[in-house]
Amino acid sequence: MSDMTNKWIGTSTVRPDGVDKVVGRAQYAADATMPGMIWGKVLRSPHPHAVIRSIDTSKAEALPGVKSVVTAKDIVDFSVGTPVPLGIQDMRWMCRNVMAREKALFHGHPVAAVAAMSADIAAKACELIEVDYEVLPWAIEIEDAIAPDAPILHDFIKFEGKPSNIAGTLEHKLGDIEAGFEQADVIVERSFDTRPVHQGYIEPHACLVSVAADGKTTIWSSSQGQFMVRAMTAFLTGIPQSDIRAIPAEIGGGFGGKTIIYLEPVAAMLSKKAGRPVKMVMTREEVMRATGPTSGAKSTVKIGAKKDGTIVSAQATHYLQAGAFPGSPIRGACGCCFAPYDIPNVYTLGYDVVSNRSKVAAYRAPGSPIGAFAVESTMDELAEQLGIDPLELRLKNAAKQGTKAAHGPVYPVMGYAETVKAALAHDHYKAPLGKFQGRGVASGYWFNAGGESSAQVNITEDGNVVVTTGHPDIGGSRASIANITAELLGIDYRRVSVLIGDTATIGYSNLTGGSRVLFASAMVVTQSTEKVIETLKGLAAKIWGIPADAVTWSDGAARPAGDNAGKFEPLTLEELAAKANMTGGPIGAGTQLNTTGAEGGFATHICDVEVDVDLGIVRVIRYTSFQDVGKAVHPAYVEGQMQGGAVQGIGWALNEEYIYNKDGKVDNPGFLDYRMPVCSDVPMLDNVIIEVPNPLHPQGVRGVGEVPLVPPLAAIRNAVYNALGIRFNSLPMSPPRVLEKLDAMKQAAE
Amino acid sequence: MTEIQYVAPSTLDEAISAYAAASGAARIMAGGTDLLVQMRSGMVKPGLIVDIKKVAELNAIEQTPEGGFRIGAAVPGAVLEEHPTFGKVWPGVLEGLNLIGSTQVQGRASAGGNLCNGSPAADSVPALVAAGAIANIKGPNGTRELPVEKVPAGPGKTNLAPGEILVSFTFPARPKGSSDAYLRMIPRTEMDIAVVGCGVSLTMEGDTCTAARVSLGAVAPTVLLVEDAAKALIGSKLDDAALEKAAAACSAACNPINDKRGTIAYRTKVAGVLLKRTTAIAADRAKGG
Repeated sequence: MSDMTNKWIGTSTVRPDGVDKVVGRAQYAADATMPGMIWGKVLRSPHPHAVIRSIDTSKAEALPGVKSVVTAKDIVDFSVGTPVPLGIQDMRWMCRNVMAREKALFHGHPVAAVAAMSADIAAKACELIEVDYEVLPWAIEIEDAIAPDAPILHDFIKFEGKPSNIAGTLEHKLGDIEAGFEQADVIVERSFDTRPVHQGYIEPHACLVSVAADGKTTIWSSSQGQFMVRAMTAFLTGIPQSDIRAIPAEIGGGFGGKTIIYLEPVAAMLSKKAGRPVKMVMTREEVMRATGPTSGAKSTVKIGAKKDGTIVSAQATHYLQAGAFPGSPIRGACGCCFAPYDIPNVYTLGYDVVSNRSKVAAYRAPGSPIGAFAVESTMDELAEQLGIDPLELRLKNAAKQGTKAAHGPVYPVMGYAETVKAALAHDHYKAPLGKFQGRGVASGYWFNAGGESSAQVNITEDGNVVVTTGHPDIGGSRASIANITAELLGIDYRRVSVLIGDTATIGYSNLTGGSRVLFASAMVVTQSTEKVIETLKGLAAKIWGIPADAVTWSDGAARPAGDNAGKFEPLTLEELAAKANMTGGPIGAGTQLNTTGAEGGFATHICDVEVDVDLGIVRVIRYTSFQDVGKAVHPAYVEGQMQGGAVQGIGWALNEEYIYNKDGKVDNPGFLDYRMPVCSDVPMLDNVIIEVPNPLHPQGVRGVGEVPLVPPLAAIRNAVYNALGIRFNSLPMSPPRVLEKLDAMKQAAE
Repeated sequence: MTEIQYVAPSTLDEAISAYAAASGAARIMAGGTDLLVQMRSGMVKPGLIVDIKKVAELNAIEQTPEGGFRIGAAVPGAVLEEHPTFGKVWPGVLEGLNLIGSTQVQGRASAGGNLCNGSPAADSVPALVAAGAIANIKGPNGTRELPVEKVPAGPGKTNLAPGEILVSFTFPARPKGSSDAYLRMIPRTEMDIAVVGCGVSLTMEGDTCTAARVSLGAVAPTVLLVEDAAKALIGSKLDDAALEKAAAACSAACNPINDKRGTIAYRTKVAGVLLKRTTAIAADRAKGG
């Protein structure tokens, strides 16, 4: 584990995908082509909310060059009354999201699709489709969707017996909060709101789908799970999974947003009807209008503490936007928001609110940054009222091994307090600040996850290694798996090739998400490699004529042990591989597991900002992340995850927001006006990797990828308060909003 | 399918006849950094593209007999950046032009294209207006000159007549002690569009400002020449009172809209802030700082 004898685990080896990406050879979904391929385009609703009375596709079908047209009639209909869950998705909503059925529920909702000889013809044909809409009033923001007279999106959704846009609730309860608040000397209660933000992956959704005359279907697409693509496409098209081969392309970013599909079933039905392979590539505008951001939210938090800082009671209510269909990440908001703390009385309640905007999708630690923004901002105010340093307040209340968390678990060995201690001890926390500069801190938690993974480890005839797993690599899993395999076999990591199999070439593997992939795939790869080592030891024993248990494996070779030590020359992996066909046959092993033992991850961040008080611009000038990662198998990738989360948090906190116009249409559907940070907006982001190994994992791994986006929103907001004395309880802290508050403060002072 | 004709004439007269003959269905392409984006998004669907990059006059950088410069309308920002003296005389014009887009875009984007695109937020235009640059225009009926501030007619519109092409900009000779500057407010640090832009050109004799021109972008349907702000600066030592007065004149000149890039209140206030900051930079440069 964090053993100094490791040669490869814990080193930042060269990325196996690096050269291809640098020279432009990497094959992304939009790079796929096939002979006879034609192009698909989607017609999208121009209204945020409308009944679809009828669709006439006859003129489009008559246009020369058009090969097929698809509407909701071609997609399998799942009745709204019967849940059909697949992971966090439900086929009732998926079938209506990929193609509007009874109603168009947001501007950009797919209504029909065309495949034609060129993308231009397909686009022209879309214009010829006549849709008779009955336009309805719409609700986009939470307050509009939960108002008493709100337009109802789905009349079958009832809340408290009445049709409602509240599609569900979730609560976690520990102890008795009322009794807890009675013991409190100080109670702070505040309300917050955050805006929906997009994952902002560079690569738009794209796929190439071929349905052959015999029904055999091949899908090339970019996703966070080829098995998810296969299963959802099977559900939505009726094609059996055994007839579908889903091939994962190299992925140009996902961040959770590619744990769902939009195009594949549509392309499959277009291909089936046209008898040709169909390629579909979204524009950036389509990505911004019709693919899932994470939720915007309204939260209220109440925390009570004794004078010495002991928190005795805590309560949070979170309303999260789900977009057009149920399924906002209320579990992340409610389950994670108080998870860093040992609090005897906790109650969290989440509301899942539908409204006329695109259906949300997962985004790094779904829901948790929203909950943390509210709780960690309130913690800052509580620390101020108590006169306690905000990190000391967190340390005093830090959850530790044995703490019972409101969302269920009794914590095992975990490293939250270590992140706070490291932050307290760091130079950054003591560095002087200048005029209009401020410092803020915040902590965060993510569940992490195990689940299904498969791996195959094969030894080549020349004594090298090919490892196949079933997970698209969005965060360094290939490089990390190479390190682990090389470590176990005692060989150079460059002798290990790590590949991502398609649904026909590797066993079922759940999608890349939840910070689960390295945790789970390291387990199946470790078991497979250990089986291979046992095989290799057996071959050596056979060659030497000694019992298998008298052989050890180290530094890439079998060695006689015990009484036989030194009696035979070691047999290397190359030598054993060369003799394999004479001593028993091919060498390889596979493992398939539903992995368990994933343990939560914690982080604490320190952020410094400087505010241009004349222009209202907040700049992050220093940032340090402290995270318990269990074990950093590939530290450069771990740091990349930590930095990437911080940058996405900076965008969320400072500038990112969807701007809807008066017609219920997104007015900034591109990277020019949907302002994600660019490189020059952020300082070099510092990282402190903390390793409290997970005892339930062979390499001590916890998840890494999601926690980094949890603390930034509040850390930045708390830093702005420290700089200006203004508390922003509403995001983003964009220049016009900051200047408005500064002016109001100046006027109040005059 | 949409048919688009493309011509790339090598003389100005050929370009003008092709452009005029298409009677409104044609678009001029210099670097194409606006045109191609607009075509891709479906905003414009030209029947003819007249590529003017092969026309010599549009790509020349010359010194005029009067001691000024004449810069071809299609000269890319990256080319102007390499010129040995232009950026020393007109650092503000150059910095405005070179704020457009990324390094890659800089290899194509030109001041002429930026002006003719007609965006109120065009980054090179306030500095051109502050500089007192003259637009040299040629059309089927001959040549004419317009001050740069008279070229835009509103968002996406210019005062060029049908068939007329912007050929070059003439910059006047500069007295000793002159310089200029351009600043813009953007929420990010680069790769963004001005929420407010401000160009200031001035001449200093000792500590006194003897000549000034002030221009604002993104605060009205067209880039503005703010004469009241210039008046407040001229004759002053650029003291706080003069700067406050000029800033107030800038805010008063604003006629902005609320949109996805900024609010009326924000833009109006920021115009004054940028005036002060831009003036300080221009004055520092003019004094040889």
